[in-house]
Amino acid sequence: MITHEKWFNTLFHVLSRETQPSLKTHNLKMAHIQLPEGVAGIRSLVMFRPDTGKPLYERENSPLSQAERELIAAYVSFRNSCVFCSMSHAAAARFLYKDEKQTVDLALKDYQSAPIPDKLKALLSIAGKVQTDARTVSAEDVQFAKSFDATDRDIHDTVLIAAAFCMFNRYVDGLATLTPTDPSAYEQMGERMGTLGYVLPNKQ
Amino acid sequence: MPYISLDEHLPGITGLLEYRQDTAKPIRELTQILLRGDSTLTQGERELIATLVSSKNQCKFCTAAHTAAADLLLGESETCELVKQDYENAPISAKMKALLAIAALVQQNGKNVTFEAITRAKEAGATDMEIHDTVLIAALFCLYNKYVDGLATFTPSNPEFYEKLGERIVNLGYNRPKYGFDEIKKQNESLIQSIS
Repeated sequence: MITHEKWFNTLFHVLSRETQPSLKTHNLKMAHIQLPEGVAGIRSLVMFRPDTGKPLYERENSPLSQAERELIAAYVSFRNSCVFCSMSHAAAARFLYKDEKQTVDLALKDYQSAPIPDKLKALLSIAGKVQTDARTVSAEDVQFAKSFDATDRDIHDTVLIAAAFCMFNRYVDGLATLTPTDPSAYEQMGERMGTLGYVLPNKQ
Repeated sequence: MPYISLDEHLPGITGLLEYRQDTAKPIRELTQILLRGDSTLTQGERELIATLVSSKNQCKFCTAAHTAAADLLLGESETCELVKQDYENAPISAKMKALLAIAALVQQNGKNVTFEAITRAKEAGATDMEIHDTVLIAALFCLYNKYVDGLATFTPSNPEFYEKLGERIVNLGYNRPKYGFDEIKKQNESLIQSIS
């Protein structure tokens, strides 16, 4: 069994290695624009421009469980090599999966062999294609998901969550926001997302 | 045929935004603020960013719609065409070239935005807010393009459809029309029928 700390370190290492060298020299220390100091990731951006932050922080209902949605978010962010988003949403998914939190790490490692329902596997494969190039999602992929009782809403929400995280990942990394390197920072974020949902940061 | 059941007279993003109005609301709001709100970038410049990203994602619907909007706002269609082909040699300011270069990097992956690309924009006079908005517009259009293509929404092929859509985006903006889509559906019905 993999411990979370060990998996975190592996994941962090893989993601950081995949990023451009400037991550070491600029990204971890300095954002591309003047953001509030000491505030990480998306929160620093939402504080920089609260009016665009407000619609970004809205979360709606879905036939998919919160845990499943967080797993899709973490999976897409992982594929985009976005350290901040994959770490924080993996932590949220772990929090929501409760006693079965290792499911999240197994799914992020290899969802096909992970102990998750076939429907979720089919949805993750659609999410992966949306991340790479949405035009590659085929009628067969959708049919396959529907054969495991995925509804139109499940499919719609999967595509929209995947597309939304392609936005969030680009926003967070495109401006080189602060990315914490301490696993406990993400654990706290995960718990906050799992309990309070997406709460706008207070004004400084 | 779209992968999920959508209103057949609302092609592209419009059908999706009507399918789930709750998720559509924040997306519409964000777009309205970014593309139509107060900014030191003109609306035409912001539509150019949206068009370039959609074109790089090869999303036909979004590219055609935002090209139409940019053309209307700029009062000519040459600039947008040249921006899509080769923005470094298009008739736009040095600042816009630098911002479009950032948008093109964001389209690939946020991590591809380099310190050098940011420095170039700042040296050309771009403010932090303009850089922020460029990155967020580019990221938002990655969402739109993937949403529209990931569900295989209907992409009309007749230019008239996009002319009408461009007019609507320019004149009414991105919020949901007050009186819904009944009129637009009728318009679209005749527009779509005229090609089949």
